[in-house]
Amino acid sequence: MSIRYIYPEFEVVRNENRCIACRVCERQCANEVHSYNEEKNVMISDETKCVNCQRCVSLCPTRALKIVKSDCTLRENANWQNDTIKEIYKQAGSGGVLLSSMGNPKPLPVYWDKILINASQVTNPPIDPLREPMETRVFLGKKNGEIERDEDGNLKCSLPPQLELSMPVMFSAMSYGSISYNAHASLARAATELGILYNTGEGGLHEDFYVYGPNTIVQVASGRFGVHEDYLKAGAAVEIKMGQGAKPGIGGHLPGAKIVGDVSKTRMIPEGSDAISPAPHHDIYSIEDLRQLVFSLKEATEYKKPVIVKVAAVHNIAAIASGIARSGADIIAIDGFRGGTGAAPTRIRDNVGIPIELALASVDQRLRDEGIRNNVSLVVGGSIRSASDVIKAIALGADACYVATAALLALGCHLCRTCQSGKCNWGIATQRPDLVKRLNPDIGSERLVNLMTAWRHEIKELMGGMGINSIEALKGNRLMLRGVGLNEKELEILGISHAGE
Amino acid sequence: MKREGEVRIPSGCAIAAVISKDGNRMSGQKIYECMKPMHDRSNGLGGGFAGYGIYPEYKDFYAFHMFFDDRDTRKNCEVFLKERFEIVKSEIIPTRKIPQITNEPDIWRYFVTPLKSMMEKMQTDEKEFVARSVMKINTEMKGAYVFSSGKNMGAFKAVGFPEDVGVFYRLEEYEGYSWTAHGRYPTNTPGWWGGAHPFTLLDYSIVHNGEISSYDANRRFIEMFGYKCNLQTDTEVITYIMDYLIRVKGLTLKESAGVIAAPFWSTIEGKSDPAERERLTYLRTMFPSLLVTGPFSIVLGFDGGLMALNDRLKLRSMVVGEKDDKVYIASEEAAIRSMEPDAENIWAPTGGEPVIIKVKDGAY
Repeated sequence: MSIRYIYPEFEVVRNENRCIACRVCERQCANEVHSYNEEKNVMISDETKCVNCQRCVSLCPTRALKIVKSDCTLRENANWQNDTIKEIYKQAGSGGVLLSSMGNPKPLPVYWDKILINASQVTNPPIDPLREPMETRVFLGKKNGEIERDEDGNLKCSLPPQLELSMPVMFSAMSYGSISYNAHASLARAATELGILYNTGEGGLHEDFYVYGPNTIVQVASGRFGVHEDYLKAGAAVEIKMGQGAKPGIGGHLPGAKIVGDVSKTRMIPEGSDAISPAPHHDIYSIEDLRQLVFSLKEATEYKKPVIVKVAAVHNIAAIASGIARSGADIIAIDGFRGGTGAAPTRIRDNVGIPIELALASVDQRLRDEGIRNNVSLVVGGSIRSASDVIKAIALGADACYVATAALLALGCHLCRTCQSGKCNWGIATQRPDLVKRLNPDIGSERLVNLMTAWRHEIKELMGGMGINSIEALKGNRLMLRGVGLNEKELEILGISHAGE
Repeated sequence: MKREGEVRIPSGCAIAAVISKDGNRMSGQKIYECMKPMHDRSNGLGGGFAGYGIYPEYKDFYAFHMFFDDRDTRKNCEVFLKERFEIVKSEIIPTRKIPQITNEPDIWRYFVTPLKSMMEKMQTDEKEFVARSVMKINTEMKGAYVFSSGKNMGAFKAVGFPEDVGVFYRLEEYEGYSWTAHGRYPTNTPGWWGGAHPFTLLDYSIVHNGEISSYDANRRFIEMFGYKCNLQTDTEVITYIMDYLIRVKGLTLKESAGVIAAPFWSTIEGKSDPAERERLTYLRTMFPSLLVTGPFSIVLGFDGGLMALNDRLKLRSMVVGEKDDKVYIASEEAAIRSMEPDAENIWAPTGGEPVIIKVKDGAY
């Protein structure tokens, strides 16, 4: 073998006693790992192509397959780890920027896992959600209106535009193009059934999905793909995407190979042309420019819809959020550095941005210090993995959470982190019709509804344990949290006490 | 051990109140006597009272009741007060030496009126000026604490059982058209008089039984508007919320009750009157962070009336009774019977249902 050769990361282990050579694995693998040797009537594997998406494992009727991590390693070195060395080989061979998908997999701190939740004992009663009402409904939007009365002294009940959610979770932005038509259909249908919202991402809104408009957030990003008047008016809210947690400070690139058929039509760009979103919005070089875009979008939607500004969690996030809160935006969405992506330069994904827990805590506190917390709602994303992450985020000060990776997992994603290849065997991150059809939107939306229903049950149980029967009484309720194994500075930023205090 | 305010101390309690709708004044003796049958609801770590209509001769002046750790603190604080207020009278609050109450701080009262020049300088109205001054003393002056700051009303509180606290403050010598009472059962030793209830700001006073689970959500919200929760008690934060909703935002008592003990969404949706539905939806949507959850029963005292309110699940006992011009409220019926053995129409208000009693106009 040559200097370019890198031993495969995974090995395909086939139990020959079980394998019946039915060739399902061969048909299922878009990476063409499996093939059939007619002469010997056996299946053979080319593990150099394997991404460990588990499709063949899941579909093998005789459970003859497993994928294991290769034990062929370089000599151990704590500084020069295997991955680091292999990345150097790749770059020495190609001269290119390394690409990755999905969220940052590095062993950086996950603060959610170092925060513990309170429960009632003796001095006040826990509440049983199976016997008592337990409310998870939230409204997102400005809550800073003045109290006005008519001449008879009755309240004038006019509020700034609000988004109503049955629970404090939404599906966050994933564009049509980066994910498939069937994935979008699943998200849109599930959001509608659940009474929450999903987000178009920067790919426009397929004409078939206008019907789900009341449960749709339409995104306006730096490439302005798919943006037109009807699109803006179709959604329940408009989101300006300034940044993304997985790749703060850079734009996006959907390769021409994925700009086919309806994707091209929906994005309003020619088939086969690369869809390149610039790093900045070229009409927003500063905060005052953002204000103009916020109000342009409000004008276009007749001030009936909340405008969300989505930013990546970066070092100066508190000051940035303060600026956004004064820019006319109704909602700020913050995406942490573990947030997912369809493709991002590896170095950026793994090294740029800050954890969402710290960003959320400092933004919420900063907005309160400035007395403007109720000018905006706060939505956080960037690896919200479970109902307890949601509870912790709300208690730190979020109004709601964005989830995307968890939603994709519900649709079948196995986190192989090779979305950029466009050969998603689960029919999610691909535009190949034969692969897309593997994701059945009936099943997909049902699984999403199941997941969120399960989370909602868990949220209610956790709330009930704390003696809280409405989610708004949890928002910013940091006394309900304690840190474990965190240093003084971390506790200070999170605004919580250590366990035992 | 940390002093109250440096640490949050949950507590259970007993409350009682009486009001005359005709504005007839009653001695403070009944209100402290009525706490005796509820003795076991307190543990001797705090008791207190608020009386309304007790200072008719000084009714145009703010009555500041204050605790001082020592003479120097008092002298410093008086300098501050003189810079902002005209003090028409200052005196030691009369107390009775009894073995049940010990370690008392210096307890003074001042009848004051704000200096116009200072209000103009700060561009505030009178009440805002007084509220800010109280907040400043309680936050910044160590060893000085304003525990009552309304007009023609006053709070009296101490570490001890409530019936003893009443004797200590010689409440039988005061007459008011309404009284509220509190016996405390903290789960920790506060050992500080400021931590007892009622908690007051301007003419609002709150006695409260419960431990709210929404505390930090409420606190962190209300602190955006200039309030400082120095004591970390539920009662303090509820007082500030009521002041904010009623005085600052201009809501009515009933509307404020619709914020802090908002009906469940399912209840709101079941309302047949669309205007009522719209109003309740509006209040819940506008003030989500002021919803108070967890068990509580409170009596809010204000100039000319009382409001009693339970949490929306009614996780704490509270009963109301009537006799002639008087309305009685207490954690237990026994306390009402102690004040008025022939009390009628005893009933338990449902969770989230405010009971508002106002003295006839002009009668107080």
